[in-house]
Amino acid sequence: MAPLLSVHDLRVRLGDAQVVNGLSYEIDAGETVAIVGESGSGKTMSALAMLGLIPRPPAVVSGEVHFDGAELVSATPAHLRAVRGAGMAIVFQDPMTSLNPVLTIGRQLTEGMEVHLGLSGRAARERAVELLEMVGIPDPRHRLDEYPHRLSGGMRQRVMIAIGLAAHPRVLIADEATTALDVTIQAQIIELLGRLQQELDMALIWITHDLGVVAGIADRVLVMYAGRVVEHGTVDAVFDAPQHPYTRGLLRSIPVLGQHADALPSIPGTPPDPENLPPGCPFWPRCEVRADDRCRGEVPPLREVAAGHLVATFEKERV
Amino acid sequence: MIGYIVRRTLQAIVVLFGVSIVVFAIVHLVPGDPIRLALGTRFNQQAYDALRRRSGLDKPLVPQYFYWLGHALTGDLGVSFRTGQPVTQLIGQRIGATVSLAGAALVVALVIAVPLGLLSALRPRTSLDYGATVISQTGISIPEFWLAILLILVVGAKLDWLPSAGYVPPDQSVSGWLEHLILPGIAAGVSSGSILTRFIRASALEALGRDYTLTARSKGLRERTIIVRHVIRNALVPVVTVTGVQLAYLLSGVVVVEVVFAWPGLGMLALQSVQSRDYPVLQGAVLLFAAFFLIVNLAVDLLYARLDPRIGYASR
Amino acid sequence: MSATVAPTSTPLPARQGGETLRLLVRNRIAVVALAVLVAFIVVAVFGKALAPYGYNSVDVADRLQGPSVHHWFGTDELGRDVFSRVLLGAAVSLKVGAVAVGISLVVGVPCGLIAGFYGGVLDDVIMRVMDVLFAFPAILMAIAVLAILGPGSTNAMVAIGIVYIPIFARVTRAAVLPVREEVYVRAARASGASDLRLMRRHLLPNVLGPIIVQTSISFAFAILSEAALSFIGLGTQPPHPSWGLMLSDGTDFINQAWWMVVFPGAAIFVVVLAFNILGDALRDTLDPRQRSLIRNARGA
Repeated sequence: MAPLLSVHDLRVRLGDAQVVNGLSYEIDAGETVAIVGESGSGKTMSALAMLGLIPRPPAVVSGEVHFDGAELVSATPAHLRAVRGAGMAIVFQDPMTSLNPVLTIGRQLTEGMEVHLGLSGRAARERAVELLEMVGIPDPRHRLDEYPHRLSGGMRQRVMIAIGLAAHPRVLIADEATTALDVTIQAQIIELLGRLQQELDMALIWITHDLGVVAGIADRVLVMYAGRVVEHGTVDAVFDAPQHPYTRGLLRSIPVLGQHADALPSIPGTPPDPENLPPGCPFWPRCEVRADDRCRGEVPPLREVAAGHLVATFEKERV
Repeated sequence: MIGYIVRRTLQAIVVLFGVSIVVFAIVHLVPGDPIRLALGTRFNQQAYDALRRRSGLDKPLVPQYFYWLGHALTGDLGVSFRTGQPVTQLIGQRIGATVSLAGAALVVALVIAVPLGLLSALRPRTSLDYGATVISQTGISIPEFWLAILLILVVGAKLDWLPSAGYVPPDQSVSGWLEHLILPGIAAGVSSGSILTRFIRASALEALGRDYTLTARSKGLRERTIIVRHVIRNALVPVVTVTGVQLAYLLSGVVVVEVVFAWPGLGMLALQSVQSRDYPVLQGAVLLFAAFFLIVNLAVDLLYARLDPRIGYASR
Repeated sequence: MSATVAPTSTPLPARQGGETLRLLVRNRIAVVALAVLVAFIVVAVFGKALAPYGYNSVDVADRLQGPSVHHWFGTDELGRDVFSRVLLGAAVSLKVGAVAVGISLVVGVPCGLIAGFYGGVLDDVIMRVMDVLFAFPAILMAIAVLAILGPGSTNAMVAIGIVYIPIFARVTRAAVLPVREEVYVRAARASGASDLRLMRRHLLPNVLGPIIVQTSISFAFAILSEAALSFIGLGTQPPHPSWGLMLSDGTDFINQAWWMVVFPGAAIFVVVLAFNILGDALRDTLDPRQRSLIRNARGA
């Protein structure tokens, strides 16, 4: 059976910038895949591009995205609208700006149901109440007629999640969904999303720059750098035996309990300018290994180093 | 919320109080004796004394102000130095014409600005957008009275499509009222419409780029729903305020446009009162314009607080 | 209030002036507008030498003639050359614009500086007074001032100048507020500089950008207002050639002599348009934060 969502060689070009450069992965119902990378690595762009949410033009998108038996990169606007919300839903990073300030929470919850489920009036409101209950908002019936500015950031993000779930999506994309929140709230939202994913048997794509949050929740991890996947494997494989120097750098910078945050080694340097990528491996300027002469002139291809563990480096396998 | 309303209302009252002092001062700043000047060759001691008493000008300055203010608050703006008629009555005869014209101008302004501003924001950097920019820049720079003259010249005189002067009250003939309103309404409304166009464009462009619009898109809504429910609603919130401010601009235009179209409104009345040195009438007209402007702005600010639920909670 | 010094808060050095000019030149429409304004100033200054006829050379035999080789813009009801009168009218417009905007600047900017710098009660009092002035529709306010001073072009300048004081005060105050607390001001204060010196040395350079923009736009408004006041008979008095006055004369002959209303009006329109375009271009280069005049007008 074909997987629920399969992305093959997805590329996004914005002007002179190649922001996503050949991304491939698959995900099935009940699975959680984490896409990890620094800001600008193309992880958010790849998610937006799948749903046709980057205006084309100016963006140029190529590759294939198969979802539920249909290809999305070449899909019609009407088909994409049917997928958005009902097939795949996104929870965005900043709950302070992602909710419409002049519409009530109820209205923002029900509008997706109207379009995808044909629910309106009382039925839609009832479902809205259920959803708010499901995401743990106290006194949900009351909240429906309130405006977003009355809620705290954590509560707003719960509302955003409820909006995401409104039309029974089969894939939920959490795009840095906890980044803007306090640490304790962050943990609550992570727990909530994990639980909901189990209950509703959704595929969950976690987009984050924080490898630390990934360990407990994801089945598989994709590490992206400068628009490319540099490492892809199960959480265990990637955490236990990271093969790419970039992944190792990221892992070293995760804070461990009892360790001072300022003592953490961070990867020196900055990601390359996407309008002006180096000719070889994009990580070369920051790489501490520089294993091979080819690093400077050739982009290392993704190769399988163990079953289901892919890495793009010329470095020899390390265990 | 309540605190905001109270604060805003108090502020408007303070400003209105200041306005009344300025208006009151007009008659005292005129060099010479205003009543003597107004009476001119018709001067006789009896009429002079009667006018002075009736206008309170025989009192010392401060009691005089409160006498005048007290009467103004009860709707008595004094009597004309020229005809002895109550100013309120003179204004009452004219106000319908000016309100009609200002209303028509506002309608024209919004009819131009809302579609033009929104369309150019939805199709930025297209010929439609550039066209809208040229139209609005032209509309801002064109003198109202010249536009009025050109309209009369082309539509009124050359083509003879519409009447180019005079006012017909709606209780006489609604169609006549409308017919007579069209050209003056356009002349007085175009500049405000142009300013609003630019504002709506900027405001809609901003809303289009906001995160909540992306959220709406990600829900799978139709583009039309996104534009109407999310973009336009947010874009129009600030526009309401600006429309209030535009009123000052619009009323200025109305005064001059009235002259061109021989429109028997308050602007004409104010101008005639200047020419005939009939200061109480001028004071009445000026006070009314300013009070109207302040009240509309207050109303707009309160409406804004309703349209944008964040106001009144945020620090303002 | 953040303690960081924004890059814009350094006083405007000469180099930045050159930068502004370069950015302006890149905007082609602004260059055209600038050229129109240079032509306007040249005509205003040298109008007497350029005009083929005097502003009041009556020739009744030649009255109400349409545009021709001899009279490019035709003649008016007294046989005066409309082209010459349009050229000579430029001087009136420029003078009124300059004096009126000068008055608004000289009164409005210090008011805004003081209100923004000291804050508190002084700020409240000054800005409420400005609110009062702002509550009158511009033309009506000018009419009221002229009712007191009497009609005439000099008084019209004063009237227009008074009308636009609040806008300059608001723009200045709005520009002062974000920089007032900044580090360098506090540092300068600590070293015992007088308030006047502080305002002149540190605040004024920061508010220069918005004020220059507002000046250009106010020039447009002032020229429009003068024309309007002359049009209704309260500004420039006959036989002097003001564009508004010429339009007013022309309305009586609208069916016989379209040129009497078209050319003077076009002159106002072109000059006002040029000032507005220049103002917009200046705003884009000097003051990108301030996106609309409307917001300025709202100010406080």
